[in-house]
Amino acid sequence: MKESISLTWRRIPERYKMEGTHCTTCDAHYFPPRGICPKCRRKGKIQPFEFSGNGKIYSFTEIHAAPAGFENQVPYVMAIVELDEGTRCTGQIVDATRDDLKIGDPVEGTFRKILSDDPEGPIHYGFKFRLKND
Amino acid sequence: MRKVAIIGAGMTRFGERWDKGFRDLVTEAGTQAITDAKLSGEEISAGYVGTMASGSLVGQEHAGALIADYMGLDPIPITRVEGACASGSLALRQGVLAVASGLHDIVVVGGVEKMTDLDTAAVSQILGGAGDQEWELFMGATFPALYAFMARRHMHEYGTTEEMLASVAVKNHQNGAKNKYAQFQREITMEQALNAKMVADPLKILDCSPITDGAAAVVLAPLDMATSYTDKPIDIVASEQASGTLALHDRESLTSIDAAKIASQRAYKKAGIAPQDVDVAEVHDCFTIAEVVATEDLGFFAPGKGGPAALEGKTKLDGEIAVNTSGGLKATGHPVGATGVKQVCEVTWQLRGDAGERQVKNVETGLTHNVGGSGATAVIHLYKRGY
Repeated sequence: MKESISLTWRRIPERYKMEGTHCTTCDAHYFPPRGICPKCRRKGKIQPFEFSGNGKIYSFTEIHAAPAGFENQVPYVMAIVELDEGTRCTGQIVDATRDDLKIGDPVEGTFRKILSDDPEGPIHYGFKFRLKND
Repeated sequence: MRKVAIIGAGMTRFGERWDKGFRDLVTEAGTQAITDAKLSGEEISAGYVGTMASGSLVGQEHAGALIADYMGLDPIPITRVEGACASGSLALRQGVLAVASGLHDIVVVGGVEKMTDLDTAAVSQILGGAGDQEWELFMGATFPALYAFMARRHMHEYGTTEEMLASVAVKNHQNGAKNKYAQFQREITMEQALNAKMVADPLKILDCSPITDGAAAVVLAPLDMATSYTDKPIDIVASEQASGTLALHDRESLTSIDAAKIASQRAYKKAGIAPQDVDVAEVHDCFTIAEVVATEDLGFFAPGKGGPAALEGKTKLDGEIAVNTSGGLKATGHPVGATGVKQVCEVTWQLRGDAGERQVKNVETGLTHNVGGSGATAVIHLYKRGY
Protein backbone atom coordinates (compact mmCIF):
# COMPACT_ATOMS: atom_id res chain seq x y z
CA MET A 1 0.00 0.00 0.00
CA LYS A 2 1.48 3.32 -1.01
CA GLU A 3 1.62 5.77 1.83
CA SER A 4 0.31 9.28 1.27
CA ILE A 5 2.70 12.22 1.54
CA SER A 6 0.58 13.84 4.25
CA LEU A 7 0.74 10.68 6.39
CA THR A 8 4.50 10.47 5.92
CA TRP A 9 4.85 14.15 6.87
CA ARG A 10 2.57 13.77 9.92
CA ARG A 11 4.66 10.92 11.28
CA ILE A 12 8.05 12.65 10.95
CA PRO A 13 8.57 13.42 14.68
CA GLU A 14 7.77 9.82 15.66
CA ARG A 15 9.67 8.11 12.89
CA TYR A 16 12.73 10.38 12.70
CA LYS A 17 13.26 11.28 16.37
CA MET A 18 11.31 8.54 18.15
CA GLU A 19 9.07 11.16 19.69
CA GLY A 20 6.55 9.41 21.89
CA THR A 21 4.51 10.57 24.85
CA HIS A 22 4.81 10.61 28.63
CA CYS A 23 1.95 10.64 31.11
CA THR A 24 3.06 12.96 33.91
CA THR A 25 0.24 11.69 36.14
CA CYS A 26 1.46 8.08 36.36
CA ASP A 27 4.95 8.50 34.83
CA ALA A 28 4.30 5.93 32.06
CA HIS A 29 6.09 6.39 28.72
CA TYR A 30 4.43 5.54 25.41
CA PHE A 31 6.14 4.71 22.17
CA PRO A 32 4.43 4.46 19.75
CA PRO A 33 2.77 7.59 21.19
CA ARG A 34 -0.68 7.50 22.74
CA GLY A 35 -2.92 10.53 23.12
CA ILE A 36 -4.80 8.92 26.02
CA CYS A 37 -3.03 7.19 28.91
CA PRO A 38 -4.90 3.85 29.20
CA LYS A 39 -4.14 3.73 32.95
CA CYS A 40 -5.22 7.28 33.88
CA ARG A 41 -7.58 8.04 30.99
CA ARG A 42 -9.02 11.56 31.50
CA LYS A 43 -6.90 12.15 34.63
CA GLY A 44 -3.73 11.58 32.61
CA LYS A 45 -1.57 14.49 31.44
CA ILE A 46 0.12 13.54 28.17
CA GLN A 47 3.28 15.38 27.05
CA PRO A 48 5.59 14.75 24.09
CA PHE A 49 8.70 12.79 25.04
CA GLU A 50 11.76 11.99 22.95
CA PHE A 51 13.01 8.45 23.49
CA SER A 52 16.72 7.61 23.65
CA GLY A 53 16.38 4.67 21.27
CA ASN A 54 18.28 2.45 23.70
CA GLY A 55 16.80 -0.85 24.73
CA LYS A 56 17.05 -4.63 24.76
CA ILE A 57 15.80 -7.32 22.43
CA TYR A 58 12.61 -8.82 23.88
CA SER A 59 11.93 -11.18 20.97
CA PHE A 60 13.11 -11.46 17.37
CA THR A 61 12.63 -13.18 14.02
CA GLU A 62 14.24 -13.33 10.61
CA ILE A 63 11.77 -12.69 7.79
CA HIS A 64 12.12 -14.70 4.59
CA ALA A 65 8.72 -13.93 3.03
CA ALA A 66 8.29 -10.16 2.85
CA PRO A 67 5.23 -8.00 2.40
CA ALA A 68 4.96 -5.72 -0.64
CA GLY A 69 7.72 -3.11 -0.59
CA PHE A 70 10.21 -5.19 1.42
CA GLU A 71 10.91 -7.94 -1.12
CA ASN A 72 14.42 -6.67 -1.92
CA GLN A 73 15.45 -6.74 1.76
CA VAL A 74 14.93 -10.45 2.55
CA PRO A 75 16.10 -12.01 4.70
CA TYR A 76 15.89 -9.27 7.30
CA VAL A 77 15.80 -9.35 11.04
CA MET A 78 13.05 -7.77 13.14
CA ALA A 79 12.66 -7.48 16.87
CA ILE A 80 10.34 -6.33 19.58
CA VAL A 81 12.61 -4.00 21.52
CA GLU A 82 12.05 -3.16 25.18
CA LEU A 83 13.10 0.50 25.41
CA ASP A 84 14.99 1.74 28.48
CA GLU A 85 12.05 4.02 29.32
CA GLY A 86 9.90 0.93 29.85
CA THR A 87 7.78 0.43 26.75
CA ARG A 88 8.17 -1.80 23.69
CA CYS A 89 8.12 -1.25 19.94
CA THR A 90 8.71 -3.21 16.73
CA GLY A 91 11.59 -2.46 14.40
CA GLN A 92 14.27 -3.88 12.16
CA ILE A 93 17.70 -4.83 13.45
CA VAL A 94 20.30 -3.75 10.88
CA ASP A 95 23.72 -5.25 10.14
CA ALA A 96 22.84 -8.57 11.79
CA THR A 97 21.49 -12.02 11.01
CA ARG A 98 19.44 -14.15 13.36
CA ASP A 99 22.58 -15.98 14.52
CA ASP A 100 24.00 -12.72 15.89
CA LEU A 101 21.01 -12.14 18.19
CA LYS A 102 19.69 -13.38 21.46
CA ILE A 103 16.94 -12.22 23.75
CA GLY A 104 18.28 -9.55 26.13
CA ASP A 105 20.97 -8.16 23.80
CA PRO A 106 21.32 -4.35 24.10
CA VAL A 107 20.46 -2.27 21.03
CA GLU A 108 20.46 1.41 20.06
CA GLY A 109 18.27 3.33 17.66
CA THR A 110 19.54 4.34 14.23
CA PHE A 111 18.02 6.48 11.47
CA ARG A 112 17.51 4.55 8.23
CA LYS A 113 15.48 4.22 5.06
CA ILE A 114 12.45 2.00 5.74
CA LEU A 115 11.16 1.60 2.19
CA SER A 116 10.34 3.41 -1.02
CA ASP A 117 7.00 2.05 -2.12
CA ASP A 118 6.65 4.25 -5.20
CA PRO A 119 9.51 5.09 -7.59
CA GLU A 120 7.90 8.49 -8.21
CA GLY A 121 7.01 9.17 -4.56
CA PRO A 122 8.78 9.96 -1.31
CA ILE A 123 11.32 7.69 0.34
CA HIS A 124 10.11 6.71 3.81
CA TYR A 125 12.71 7.04 6.57
CA GLY A 126 12.50 6.10 10.20
CA PHE A 127 14.12 4.35 13.13
CA LYS A 128 15.68 0.92 13.13
CA PHE A 129 17.98 -0.65 15.71
CA ARG A 130 21.50 -2.07 15.77
CA LEU A 131 23.35 -4.17 18.30
CA LYS A 132 25.35 -2.12 20.79
CA ASN A 133 28.99 -3.09 20.81
CA ASP A 134 30.50 -2.22 24.16
CA MET B 1 -32.34 -13.52 27.85
CA ARG B 2 -33.48 -16.53 25.82
CA LYS B 3 -31.35 -19.61 25.22
CA VAL B 4 -30.08 -19.81 21.65
CA ALA B 5 -29.56 -22.93 19.53
CA ILE B 6 -27.97 -23.82 16.20
CA ILE B 7 -30.54 -25.50 13.96
CA GLY B 8 -28.54 -25.72 10.74
CA ALA B 9 -24.95 -25.65 9.53
CA GLY B 10 -23.23 -25.72 6.15
CA MET B 11 -20.02 -24.75 4.41
CA THR B 12 -18.32 -24.77 1.05
CA ARG B 13 -15.24 -26.74 0.29
CA PHE B 14 -12.28 -24.60 1.37
CA GLY B 15 -9.34 -24.12 -0.96
CA GLU B 16 -8.17 -22.27 -4.03
CA ARG B 17 -11.64 -21.91 -5.47
CA TRP B 18 -10.81 -20.34 -8.82
CA ASP B 19 -14.22 -21.52 -10.02
CA LYS B 20 -16.19 -19.48 -7.48
CA GLY B 21 -16.50 -15.80 -6.65
CA PHE B 22 -17.31 -14.05 -3.37
CA ARG B 23 -21.09 -14.14 -3.84
CA ASP B 24 -21.06 -17.74 -5.14
CA LEU B 25 -19.25 -18.98 -2.05
CA VAL B 26 -21.40 -17.20 0.51
CA THR B 27 -24.69 -18.16 -1.17
CA GLU B 28 -23.58 -21.81 -1.43
CA ALA B 29 -22.80 -21.98 2.31
CA GLY B 30 -25.94 -20.06 3.25
CA THR B 31 -28.14 -22.31 1.15
CA GLN B 32 -26.62 -25.41 2.75
CA ALA B 33 -27.22 -24.11 6.26
CA ILE B 34 -30.81 -23.09 5.50
CA THR B 35 -31.49 -26.47 3.84
CA ASP B 36 -29.93 -28.26 6.83
CA ALA B 37 -32.32 -26.31 9.11
CA LYS B 38 -35.26 -27.38 6.88
CA LEU B 39 -36.38 -23.78 6.45
CA SER B 40 -38.23 -22.38 3.46
CA GLY B 41 -36.43 -19.06 3.98
CA GLU B 42 -39.57 -17.08 4.91
CA GLU B 43 -38.87 -17.70 8.62
CA ILE B 44 -35.55 -15.86 8.59
CA SER B 45 -35.81 -12.34 9.99
CA ALA B 46 -32.18 -11.14 10.12
CA GLY B 47 -28.62 -12.04 9.19
CA TYR B 48 -25.06 -11.25 10.19
CA VAL B 49 -21.99 -11.87 8.07
CA GLY B 50 -18.31 -11.76 8.93
CA THR B 51 -15.77 -10.80 6.30
CA MET B 52 -12.46 -9.18 7.11
CA ALA B 53 -11.36 -7.58 3.90
CA SER B 54 -13.76 -8.07 1.01
CA GLY B 55 -13.12 -4.46 -0.02
CA SER B 56 -9.38 -4.98 -0.36
CA LEU B 57 -9.48 -8.57 -1.60
CA VAL B 58 -12.25 -8.38 -4.20
CA GLY B 59 -13.16 -4.67 -4.23
CA GLN B 60 -16.60 -5.43 -2.80
CA GLU B 61 -17.86 -3.64 0.31
CA HIS B 62 -21.51 -3.63 1.40
CA ALA B 63 -21.42 -7.40 1.84
CA GLY B 64 -24.62 -7.52 3.90
CA ALA B 65 -26.73 -6.00 1.15
CA LEU B 66 -25.10 -8.18 -1.50
CA ILE B 67 -25.87 -11.34 0.46
CA ALA B 68 -29.49 -10.37 1.22
CA ASP B 69 -29.94 -9.71 -2.49
CA TYR B 70 -28.23 -12.83 -3.86
CA MET B 71 -29.68 -15.15 -1.21
CA GLY B 72 -33.14 -13.89 -2.14
CA LEU B 73 -33.60 -12.66 1.41
CA ASP B 74 -34.50 -9.01 0.70
CA PRO B 75 -35.80 -7.06 2.58
CA ILE B 76 -34.51 -8.62 5.82
CA PRO B 77 -31.61 -6.73 7.45
CA ILE B 78 -28.19 -8.34 6.98
CA THR B 79 -25.31 -6.65 8.75
CA ARG B 80 -21.61 -7.10 8.08
CA VAL B 81 -19.31 -7.25 11.10
CA GLU B 82 -15.51 -7.11 11.07
CA GLY B 83 -12.92 -8.11 13.63
CA ALA B 84 -10.07 -9.29 11.40
CA CYS B 85 -9.69 -13.11 11.63
CA ALA B 86 -12.39 -13.19 14.33
CA SER B 87 -15.04 -11.68 12.04
CA GLY B 88 -16.91 -15.00 11.72
CA SER B 89 -17.30 -15.50 15.46
CA LEU B 90 -18.27 -11.88 15.89
CA ALA B 91 -21.06 -12.44 13.37
CA LEU B 92 -22.18 -15.49 15.37
CA ARG B 93 -22.13 -13.45 18.58
CA GLN B 94 -24.27 -10.72 16.99
CA GLY B 95 -26.72 -13.40 15.91
CA VAL B 96 -26.76 -14.94 19.39
CA LEU B 97 -27.43 -11.53 20.97
CA ALA B 98 -30.23 -10.80 18.49
CA VAL B 99 -32.01 -14.09 19.23
CA ALA B 100 -31.28 -14.08 22.98
CA SER B 101 -32.71 -10.58 23.34
CA GLY B 102 -35.97 -11.57 21.66
CA LEU B 103 -35.45 -9.11 18.79
CA HIS B 104 -35.33 -11.90 16.19
CA ASP B 105 -36.32 -15.58 16.17
CA ILE B 106 -34.61 -17.14 13.15
CA VAL B 107 -31.26 -15.62 12.23
CA VAL B 108 -28.72 -16.71 9.63
CA VAL B 109 -25.01 -16.17 10.35
CA GLY B 110 -22.32 -16.38 7.70
CA GLY B 111 -18.61 -15.93 7.22
CA VAL B 112 -16.81 -15.57 3.90
CA GLU B 113 -13.51 -14.61 2.34
CA LYS B 114 -12.40 -14.73 -1.28
CA MET B 115 -8.61 -14.44 -1.15
CA THR B 116 -6.99 -16.03 -4.20
CA ASP B 117 -7.87 -13.36 -6.77
CA LEU B 118 -4.73 -11.47 -5.64
CA ASP B 119 -1.08 -12.54 -5.42
CA THR B 120 0.49 -13.63 -2.14
CA ALA B 121 2.41 -10.38 -1.46
CA ALA B 122 -0.77 -8.34 -1.88
CA VAL B 123 -2.77 -10.70 0.36
CA SER B 124 -0.01 -10.61 3.01
CA GLN B 125 -0.15 -6.85 3.01
CA ILE B 126 -3.93 -6.83 3.43
CA LEU B 127 -3.79 -9.38 6.25
CA GLY B 128 -1.15 -7.20 7.90
CA GLY B 129 -3.96 -4.73 8.47
CA ALA B 130 -5.20 -7.07 11.21
CA GLY B 131 -2.20 -5.86 13.22
CA ASP B 132 -1.02 -2.29 13.68
CA GLN B 133 -0.55 -0.90 10.18
CA GLU B 134 1.57 2.09 11.22
CA TRP B 135 3.74 0.47 13.88
CA GLU B 136 4.11 -3.15 12.85
CA LEU B 137 3.38 -3.54 9.14
CA PHE B 138 5.04 -0.28 8.05
CA MET B 139 8.21 -1.33 9.86
CA GLY B 140 8.37 -4.53 7.81
CA ALA B 141 6.66 -7.00 10.14
CA THR B 142 4.39 -9.63 8.61
CA PHE B 143 1.74 -11.70 10.36
CA PRO B 144 4.05 -14.73 10.49
CA ALA B 145 6.64 -12.39 12.06
CA LEU B 146 4.27 -11.43 14.88
CA TYR B 147 3.57 -15.08 15.70
CA ALA B 148 7.29 -15.80 15.33
CA PHE B 149 7.89 -13.23 18.10
CA MET B 150 5.46 -15.21 20.25
CA ALA B 151 7.08 -18.52 19.33
CA ARG B 152 10.61 -17.27 20.07
CA ARG B 153 9.48 -15.97 23.45
CA HIS B 154 7.59 -19.21 24.23
CA MET B 155 10.77 -21.16 23.44
CA HIS B 156 12.81 -18.80 25.62
CA GLU B 157 10.47 -18.94 28.63
CA TYR B 158 9.30 -22.57 28.50
CA GLY B 159 11.71 -24.52 26.31
CA THR B 160 9.09 -25.13 23.61
CA THR B 161 10.77 -26.71 20.57
CA GLU B 162 10.33 -26.62 16.81
CA GLU B 163 9.33 -30.33 16.97
CA MET B 164 6.49 -29.47 19.36
CA LEU B 165 5.23 -26.81 16.94
CA ALA B 166 5.60 -29.16 13.97
CA SER B 167 3.57 -31.83 15.79
CA VAL B 168 0.59 -29.44 15.74
CA ALA B 169 0.80 -29.22 11.94
CA VAL B 170 1.21 -33.00 11.57
CA LYS B 171 -1.85 -33.63 13.76
CA ASN B 172 -4.00 -31.04 12.00
CA HIS B 173 -3.14 -32.51 8.60
CA GLN B 174 -4.13 -35.97 9.93
CA ASN B 175 -7.54 -34.53 10.83
CA GLY B 176 -7.81 -32.52 7.60
CA ALA B 177 -7.21 -35.71 5.63
CA LYS B 178 -10.55 -36.93 7.04
CA ASN B 179 -12.47 -33.74 6.16
CA LYS B 180 -14.04 -33.44 2.71
CA TYR B 181 -14.24 -29.65 3.11
CA ALA B 182 -10.52 -29.19 3.87
CA GLN B 183 -8.04 -27.42 1.60
CA PHE B 184 -5.34 -30.00 2.38
CA GLN B 185 -6.81 -33.49 2.59
CA ARG B 186 -3.44 -35.15 3.03
CA GLU B 187 -1.06 -36.00 5.82
CA ILE B 188 2.41 -34.54 6.27
CA THR B 189 5.39 -35.98 8.13
CA MET B 190 7.34 -34.42 10.97
CA GLU B 191 10.38 -34.29 8.65
CA GLN B 192 8.46 -32.38 6.01
CA ALA B 193 7.22 -29.89 8.61
CA LEU B 194 10.68 -29.38 10.12
CA ASN B 195 12.44 -29.04 6.77
CA ALA B 196 9.89 -26.77 5.12
CA LYS B 197 10.88 -23.39 3.72
CA MET B 198 11.46 -20.70 6.35
CA VAL B 199 8.86 -17.92 6.49
CA ALA B 200 9.66 -16.05 9.72
CA ASP B 201 12.15 -17.87 11.87
CA PRO B 202 11.32 -20.18 13.67
CA LEU B 203 8.06 -20.55 11.72
CA LYS B 204 8.26 -22.47 8.47
CA ILE B 205 5.68 -22.69 5.71
CA LEU B 206 4.07 -25.78 7.30
CA ASP B 207 3.66 -23.86 10.56
CA CYS B 208 1.43 -21.39 8.73
CA SER B 209 -2.22 -21.56 7.72
CA PRO B 210 -2.72 -21.02 3.98
CA ILE B 211 -4.50 -18.43 1.86
CA THR B 212 -7.96 -19.82 1.17
CA ASP B 213 -11.33 -19.13 -0.42
CA GLY B 214 -14.44 -20.33 1.37
CA ALA B 215 -17.62 -19.63 3.27
CA ALA B 216 -19.59 -21.16 6.13
CA ALA B 217 -23.01 -20.49 7.64
CA VAL B 218 -25.25 -21.50 10.52
CA VAL B 219 -28.87 -20.83 11.38
CA LEU B 220 -29.91 -19.80 14.91
CA ALA B 221 -33.24 -20.11 16.70
CA PRO B 222 -34.49 -19.78 20.28
CA LEU B 223 -33.78 -23.15 21.96
CA ASP B 224 -37.42 -23.59 22.93
CA MET B 225 -38.48 -23.33 19.27
CA ALA B 226 -35.54 -25.32 17.89
CA THR B 227 -37.03 -28.80 17.98
CA SER B 228 -39.75 -27.76 15.56
CA TYR B 229 -36.98 -27.48 12.93
CA THR B 230 -34.45 -30.14 13.91
CA ASP B 231 -34.14 -33.21 16.12
CA LYS B 232 -30.63 -32.21 17.05
CA PRO B 233 -30.37 -28.55 18.07
CA ILE B 234 -27.06 -27.44 19.54
CA ASP B 235 -27.31 -25.19 22.58
CA ILE B 236 -24.89 -22.23 22.63
CA VAL B 237 -24.26 -22.13 26.38
CA ALA B 238 -21.84 -19.18 26.38
CA SER B 239 -20.80 -16.39 24.01
CA GLU B 240 -18.00 -14.14 25.20
CA GLN B 241 -15.73 -11.57 23.56
CA ALA B 242 -12.73 -9.60 24.86
CA SER B 243 -10.24 -7.08 23.49
CA GLY B 244 -6.50 -6.61 23.90
CA THR B 245 -3.94 -4.16 22.50
CA LEU B 246 -3.84 -3.89 18.70
CA ALA B 247 -0.05 -4.20 18.51
CA LEU B 248 1.68 -7.27 19.86
CA HIS B 249 4.54 -5.21 21.35
CA ASP B 250 2.12 -3.52 23.76
CA ARG B 251 1.15 -6.81 25.46
CA GLU B 252 2.51 -7.55 28.88
CA SER B 253 3.19 -11.16 27.82
CA LEU B 254 3.91 -12.61 24.39
CA THR B 255 3.37 -16.19 25.56
CA SER B 256 -0.37 -15.94 26.04
CA ILE B 257 -3.26 -13.93 24.63
CA ASP B 258 -4.99 -12.13 27.49
CA ALA B 259 -8.18 -11.44 25.54
CA ALA B 260 -8.61 -15.18 24.90
CA LYS B 261 -7.91 -16.04 28.53
CA ILE B 262 -10.40 -13.48 29.81
CA ALA B 263 -13.13 -14.40 27.31
CA SER B 264 -12.73 -18.12 28.04
CA GLN B 265 -12.79 -17.65 31.81
CA ARG B 266 -16.01 -15.66 31.48
CA ALA B 267 -17.48 -18.31 29.19
CA TYR B 268 -16.62 -21.18 31.55
CA LYS B 269 -18.15 -19.25 34.45
CA LYS B 270 -21.31 -18.41 32.51
CA ALA B 271 -21.84 -22.03 31.46
CA GLY B 272 -20.69 -23.63 34.71
CA ILE B 273 -18.15 -25.66 32.77
CA ALA B 274 -14.50 -26.40 33.63
CA PRO B 275 -11.79 -26.60 30.94
CA GLN B 276 -11.47 -30.32 31.68
CA ASP B 277 -15.14 -30.81 30.68
CA VAL B 278 -14.46 -29.74 27.09
CA ASP B 279 -14.36 -32.72 24.69
CA VAL B 280 -13.75 -31.02 21.35
CA ALA B 281 -12.25 -27.60 20.71
CA GLU B 282 -11.78 -25.75 17.46
CA VAL B 283 -9.00 -23.25 18.20
CA HIS B 284 -7.44 -20.50 16.13
CA ASP B 285 -4.25 -22.14 14.81
CA CYS B 286 -3.35 -19.47 12.25
CA PHE B 287 0.20 -20.63 13.13
CA THR B 288 1.25 -23.74 15.05
CA ILE B 289 2.41 -21.63 18.01
CA ALA B 290 -1.09 -20.15 18.18
CA GLU B 291 -2.58 -23.60 18.89
CA VAL B 292 -0.02 -24.23 21.63
CA VAL B 293 -0.80 -20.86 23.21
CA ALA B 294 -4.56 -21.45 22.79
CA THR B 295 -4.51 -24.78 24.61
CA GLU B 296 -2.76 -23.04 27.51
CA ASP B 297 -4.97 -19.92 27.50
CA LEU B 298 -8.09 -22.12 27.48
CA GLY B 299 -6.85 -23.98 30.55
CA PHE B 300 -6.46 -27.38 28.87
CA PHE B 301 -2.78 -27.42 29.83
CA ALA B 302 -0.67 -25.34 32.22
CA PRO B 303 1.40 -22.47 30.78
CA GLY B 304 4.41 -23.96 29.00
CA LYS B 305 2.84 -27.44 28.78
CA GLY B 306 0.94 -26.94 25.54
CA GLY B 307 3.94 -27.83 23.39
CA PRO B 308 4.79 -31.11 25.16
CA ALA B 309 1.06 -32.02 25.19
CA ALA B 310 0.88 -31.62 21.40
CA LEU B 311 4.05 -33.67 20.91
CA GLU B 312 2.71 -36.44 23.18
CA GLY B 313 -0.53 -36.67 21.16
CA LYS B 314 -2.81 -35.38 23.92
CA THR B 315 -4.70 -33.18 21.43
CA LYS B 316 -5.34 -35.86 18.80
CA LEU B 317 -8.80 -37.22 17.97
CA ASP B 318 -8.38 -39.93 20.61
CA GLY B 319 -6.35 -37.79 23.03
CA GLU B 320 -7.29 -36.14 26.34
CA ILE B 321 -8.95 -33.32 24.44
CA ALA B 322 -9.51 -33.36 20.69
CA VAL B 323 -8.24 -30.05 19.32
CA ASN B 324 -9.04 -28.94 15.78
CA THR B 325 -10.83 -32.08 14.66
CA SER B 326 -11.64 -30.31 11.37
CA GLY B 327 -7.94 -29.93 10.57
CA GLY B 328 -7.90 -26.44 12.02
CA LEU B 329 -6.92 -23.38 10.07
CA LYS B 330 -3.73 -25.21 9.13
CA ALA B 331 -5.27 -28.00 7.03
CA THR B 332 -8.88 -26.91 6.48
CA GLY B 333 -7.61 -23.54 5.30
CA HIS B 334 -8.19 -20.03 6.58
CA PRO B 335 -10.60 -17.93 4.53
CA VAL B 336 -10.35 -15.27 7.21
CA GLY B 337 -13.95 -14.18 7.71
CA ALA B 338 -15.27 -17.73 7.25
CA THR B 339 -13.01 -19.41 9.80
CA GLY B 340 -15.00 -18.55 12.92
CA VAL B 341 -18.21 -19.91 11.39
CA LYS B 342 -16.45 -23.02 10.06
CA GLN B 343 -15.35 -23.74 13.63
CA VAL B 344 -19.00 -23.61 14.72
CA CYS B 345 -20.01 -26.00 11.90
CA GLU B 346 -17.38 -28.52 12.99
CA VAL B 347 -18.37 -28.42 16.67
CA THR B 348 -22.04 -28.73 15.65
CA TRP B 349 -21.27 -31.87 13.61
CA GLN B 350 -19.14 -33.33 16.42
CA LEU B 351 -21.93 -32.79 18.98
CA ARG B 352 -24.56 -34.25 16.65
CA GLY B 353 -22.36 -37.26 15.89
CA ASP B 354 -22.20 -36.32 12.21
CA ALA B 355 -18.41 -35.86 11.88
CA GLY B 356 -17.79 -39.10 10.01
CA GLU B 357 -14.26 -40.50 10.07
CA ARG B 358 -13.08 -37.78 12.42
CA GLN B 359 -15.92 -38.23 14.93
CA VAL B 360 -14.75 -38.08 18.54
CA LYS B 361 -16.48 -40.50 20.92
CA ASN B 362 -18.86 -39.33 23.64
CA VAL B 363 -18.79 -35.63 22.85
CA GLU B 364 -20.79 -33.68 25.43
CA THR B 365 -19.20 -30.24 25.33
CA GLY B 366 -17.61 -28.22 22.51
CA LEU B 367 -15.67 -24.95 22.40
CA THR B 368 -14.67 -22.52 19.67
CA HIS B 369 -11.78 -20.07 20.08
CA ASN B 370 -11.46 -17.45 17.34
CA VAL B 371 -8.79 -14.76 17.47
CA GLY B 372 -8.47 -11.54 15.49
CA GLY B 373 -5.02 -10.26 14.56
CA SER B 374 -2.29 -11.22 16.99
CA GLY B 375 -4.85 -11.32 19.82
CA ALA B 376 -6.58 -7.92 19.85
CA THR B 377 -9.99 -9.60 19.56
CA ALA B 378 -10.91 -12.98 21.01
CA VAL B 379 -14.28 -14.69 20.83
CA ILE B 380 -15.14 -17.85 22.75
CA HIS B 381 -18.31 -19.91 22.43
CA LEU B 382 -19.30 -23.03 24.38
CA TYR B 383 -21.79 -25.61 23.12
CA LYS B 384 -23.80 -28.55 24.42
CA ARG B 385 -26.45 -30.72 22.89
CA GLY B 386 -29.86 -29.08 23.12
CA TYR B 387 -31.73 -32.40 23.00
